[in-house]
Amino acid sequence: MANTFAFAESRGGALRRVAFETVSAARALADACGGGEVHAFLAGAPGVSSLASELGKYGADVVIVVEHPGLANANAESLAATAAERIRAGGYRAAVFSASAQGRDLAPRVAAKLGVGMAADVIAFELSGDALVVKHPAYAGKVIATLKLTGSPAIMTLHPGARAAVEAPTEARVESAQPAADPGASKVLVKEMIAGGGAKLDIGDAPVIVSGGRGLKSADNFRLVEDLAAAFGNAAVGATRAVTDDGWRPHSDQIGQTGRQVSPDLYVACGISGAIQHIAGMRNSRTIVAINKDKEAPIFKVADYGIVGDVVEILPVLTAAVKEAREKG
Amino acid sequence: MKIAVCIKRVPDMETRFKIAASGSSVDETGLKYDMSDFDGYAVETALQLNEKQGPGETVVISLGPDVVQEQLRKALSMGADRAVQLKSDRVPADGLAIATALAAELKSGGYDLILFGRQAVDSANATVGPMTAELLDLPCATAVSSLEIANGRATARRELEGAAEVVEFSLPAIVSVDEGMPRARYPSLKGIMAAKKKPLEVRPAQLGEERITIEKMELPPERAAGRIVGEGPAAVPELVRLLHTEAKVL
Ligand SMILES: Cc1cc2nc3c(=O)[nH]c(=O)nc-3n(C[C@H](O)[C@H](O)[C@H](O)COP(=O)(O)OP(=O)(O)OC[C@H]3O[C@@H](n4cnc5c(N)ncnc54)[C@H](O)[C@@H]3O)c2cc1C
Ligand SMILES: Nc1ncnc2c1ncn2[C@@H]1O[C@H](COP(=O)(O)O)[C@@H](O)[C@H]1O
Repeated sequence: MANTFAFAESRGGALRRVAFETVSAARALADACGGGEVHAFLAGAPGVSSLASELGKYGADVVIVVEHPGLANANAESLAATAAERIRAGGYRAAVFSASAQGRDLAPRVAAKLGVGMAADVIAFELSGDALVVKHPAYAGKVIATLKLTGSPAIMTLHPGARAAVEAPTEARVESAQPAADPGASKVLVKEMIAGGGAKLDIGDAPVIVSGGRGLKSADNFRLVEDLAAAFGNAAVGATRAVTDDGWRPHSDQIGQTGRQVSPDLYVACGISGAIQHIAGMRNSRTIVAINKDKEAPIFKVADYGIVGDVVEILPVLTAAVKEAREKG
Repeated sequence: MKIAVCIKRVPDMETRFKIAASGSSVDETGLKYDMSDFDGYAVETALQLNEKQGPGETVVISLGPDVVQEQLRKALSMGADRAVQLKSDRVPADGLAIATALAAELKSGGYDLILFGRQAVDSANATVGPMTAELLDLPCATAVSSLEIANGRATARRELEGAAEVVEFSLPAIVSVDEGMPRARYPSLKGIMAAKKKPLEVRPAQLGEERITIEKMELPPERAAGRIVGEGPAAVPELVRLLHTEAKVL
């Protein structure tokens, strides 16, 4: 029986969805270790402890809460030092982070501090004897590698959305802890947080993504993409590199090999040719729809449903039809 | 500034990969190679910083067998001043083993800035940069989309999901570069000629312990062929019907 550690990510005083995914993955690992405990690590500004009970819902037995005014913004040095110290002291079999922007920043530092193996961007995992065996997309998503990590604790970052959080309610015990390193003394400090577009869903969290390419012809026409996203209600807007290069959309919207990798339930590609670097970021979407005026466009090779035609003409009609379908329920 | 850039040799991703007979690597026959995308941005970043800020030195480092000299020469032809190959017969799958060797090389180099790619496009780990920073106990900003340096202080922007943060730190420091940073320039003919005479040192890599092995590589399942629903706005009702009844996403 061995315990597992989960980093529960929060931002601005709220848990992120990936926090539940890491706790839930740690639960699965603890169960595979003969029913060990899940210890979730939650850090933030004073008051963050109020989020602890939410983690119990997904199987956290203990929530280690670190509250400090200097942790209001992410503070990688202090967080990595504190998490590493807890992991070292806790004798865990594994430590799970998300392969989110924050998790990808923290987990390698923790692995280096502890001198242990780390697998990144894991889409599936299992304990096999004394090894942790994981699957990891490599080569721009064109190859799936199975990696074997020996030694304990094994660290992994979990691909966001690859494994849905499963409820496993427990009454989580809260344990307070102090930062192992003074957040104010960090060598790198956050000077400013720039919020995204208000209440908009992030492309990593959205069940539906409507994405636009150069076929939209102008930044103005992205309004049509936003309208369709709004009609779905639960959608985010993505873009190709051609579009972010032209400054029609911010770089953070870019999907693909050098952008974000997403796997929504529905991906609508509007005026996108389907270059392999773009496909690398969206090929794992459950259903793909493509609208392109060129019936030979490579995007149709990965699309489940395609419409050939002018995206500027088609989008308003599709938006109206989606609205109507959603109103009918 | 004295800037080091760590670059990795990777296959061109526009390939249709095949799995080698061993089942645990890609088949290398016929593959073309280049430096990893973001590593190219990192070299470009270093060159532009030194071009703008006056006298400096850009050193490129790659760990691997002798073939990595091709990518080191390319970086030299872009304008880097000298190159170091950390020689090993293969590149380990364990990022910490690589970081250990890079840290040993970088430790006494007196660098103001050490640049990495956000992630190598083949391994897609995004671990070697921050691990090296940890081993050297240097300030580190990962996945930065913009970087400004003045008077020994750096300001960098990092894209988060649906937000961004601006961080500040002093040099020496480690930065891993993401989309948003300048794309690699094409080497000029003059650059290619000059690169032949630039120094390229070879030293054995002092790899760390390896805790990760590749058990298997496989191609992901192909997507089933889709269909064209129709042409123009007239096809919309049928598409919506399929999304509702067949794909069940509406
Ligand atoms: C190293 C590297 C990394 C890269 N990383 C990424 C990445 O992460 N993400 C990414 O997206 N790209 C990436 N790219 C760029 C990629 O190769 C393509 O250039 C890019 O994806 C093309 O964007 P696009 O489809 O918007 O534009 P285009 O390729 O120009 O395609 C526009 C499409 O719109 C269609 N069209 C035109 N007019 C209309 C109309 N009126 N109605 C309907 N359709 C219309 C055209 O038929 C065409 O298919 C990368 C490239 C390199 C070299
Ligand atoms: N073999 C290598 N030689 C030099 N630099 C490397 C090597 N492997 C990785 N790197 C650097 O580390 C970055 C991240 O790689 P990775 O952690 O494998 O995704 C790369 O973009 C390079 O800058």
